[in-house]
Amino acid sequence: MSILIVAEHDNSTLNIATLNSVTAAGVIGGDVHILVAGHGCSGVADQAAAVTGVSKVLLADSASYAHSLAENVALLIAELGASYSHILATSTSNAKNIMPRAAALLDVQAISDISAVVDADTFKRPIYAGNVIATVKSTDSIKVILVRGTAFDACAADGGSASIESVTGDHDAGKSSFVSEEVAKSDRPELTAAEVVISGGRGMGSGENFALLDGIADKLGAAIGASRAAVDAGFVPNDMQVGQTGKIVAPDLYVAVGISGAIQHLAGMKDSKVIVAINKDEEAPIFSVADYGLVADLFVALPELDAAL
Amino acid sequence: MKVLVAVKRVVDYNVKVRPLADGSGVDLANVKMSINPFCEIAVEEAVRLKEKGVATEIVAVTVGAQQSQEQLRTALALGADRAILVSTDETLEPLSIAKCLKAVCDSESPDIILLGKQAIDGDNNQTGQMLAALMGIGQATFASEIVIDGDNASVTREVDGGLQTLTLPLPVMVTADLRLNEPRYASLPNIMKAKKKPLDTSTPEELGVDVTPRVTQVGVELPAERSAGIKVDDVAQLVDKLKNEAKVIS
Repeated sequence: MSILIVAEHDNSTLNIATLNSVTAAGVIGGDVHILVAGHGCSGVADQAAAVTGVSKVLLADSASYAHSLAENVALLIAELGASYSHILATSTSNAKNIMPRAAALLDVQAISDISAVVDADTFKRPIYAGNVIATVKSTDSIKVILVRGTAFDACAADGGSASIESVTGDHDAGKSSFVSEEVAKSDRPELTAAEVVISGGRGMGSGENFALLDGIADKLGAAIGASRAAVDAGFVPNDMQVGQTGKIVAPDLYVAVGISGAIQHLAGMKDSKVIVAINKDEEAPIFSVADYGLVADLFVALPELDAAL
Repeated sequence: MKVLVAVKRVVDYNVKVRPLADGSGVDLANVKMSINPFCEIAVEEAVRLKEKGVATEIVAVTVGAQQSQEQLRTALALGADRAILVSTDETLEPLSIAKCLKAVCDSESPDIILLGKQAIDGDNNQTGQMLAALMGIGQATFASEIVIDGDNASVTREVDGGLQTLTLPLPVMVTADLRLNEPRYASLPNIMKAKKKPLDTSTPEELGVDVTPRVTQVGVELPAERSAGIKVDDVAQLVDKLKNEAKVIS
């Protein structure tokens, strides 16, 4: 078997989310290759070549792949992937955009968000917001798989010495053009990679009140998240959303503040190692998954917590 | 300009489903069914495009069992002009649905195809991307804003870390994310009117699509349960527990 992993990167740095897929590939077993498709991204290929367990890096460097447009990259994946038994990518918004398109080009039913590998063609994945875990078996000759990052530990980013091979040819479908990107600049860790996450819900009352989380997040080195209710209410942007339809996180410590604990939020955080809930409603469902619950008014508790850390 | 919007019948988002006792599948007996929330956002966007004078006709489509007519009626009550049911009792996966939708698009020739980004039953997030691939057209997934300007669409997308804007020539496939709009409620007169709007039925066989599943569900189980922990009395005790018991902060 041979496995192709599609690297997540920004043309300069290999996103560590990629390492979760390398671990999943190791469980499936076989020769592991990484595809780095981008523009001016040879540095990423060097980083990918150093990843433990990788035997070859395919470098596709072209202006067509600069912004990871799905129409172009999917054509590349479908072309290169045809000679592999598995094509994997960690379930980022970029991979969710591209991989199903590549799968359809290969006439393959992709498998989203696997949380475990049973064997080379059988996988476990959460469905219905994680209320049920399904075991699914693929009959396709090529398996196109999105890997749930939180379900597989990252492998070592160094220790490997893969060869780097340049991919010739280019795919420019001409079906979309990149205009602009607004990426929130933050000194905080990325939500899905953070060891500590503190999230606010509807109970925060307003976007301004999210500032109450800042000091605590700074002291804990935490990323700040939010429930869908807080996003729906317009308090914070959608890229902060933790849940079934937002980001899936599993940090060492998750602090839920003013979050009731709807099914769809629990789906995004219940695999966290330690969960703390602060809510004034002692009946809130969030307490049923919390290791430590504090029934308190968050506007009193947060300043106290900030001071106590 | 014609808009085609695809919808899916799913278990209502408030229902917490459970596996059947024998683990063969999910217990869906007597469970409340609804239109998938993201599909509802897609329908709303189609209706707004028509209200802005961009779209002239909205066709709602679903692939599924006969009962999915209920969700098509919901789309019609929200403002779709007519509906198409591709009827089958087969277990459907995104690739099969995308192939059926492509066959419908081939005869309908829509300029804009709208879907929800993800159905909340299978949580696959694949159908729109697959449909765009099969049609060989551009895709703009996870949309938070759609602007149609002549023969082009400018779409702002929700991506990890922020927003991305793309332009794409029509026809285009767009999947709706949460913040695209807030769907309206159907009024009673519109619900009554929807009953008289045309609803055509077809089948995958008539469309020449093989919907045999490629991925089979071997079984389902409950996830590992988390047991509730303890309630702490105050912030001081919480910090003490996190430091000395859980050892997650120093």
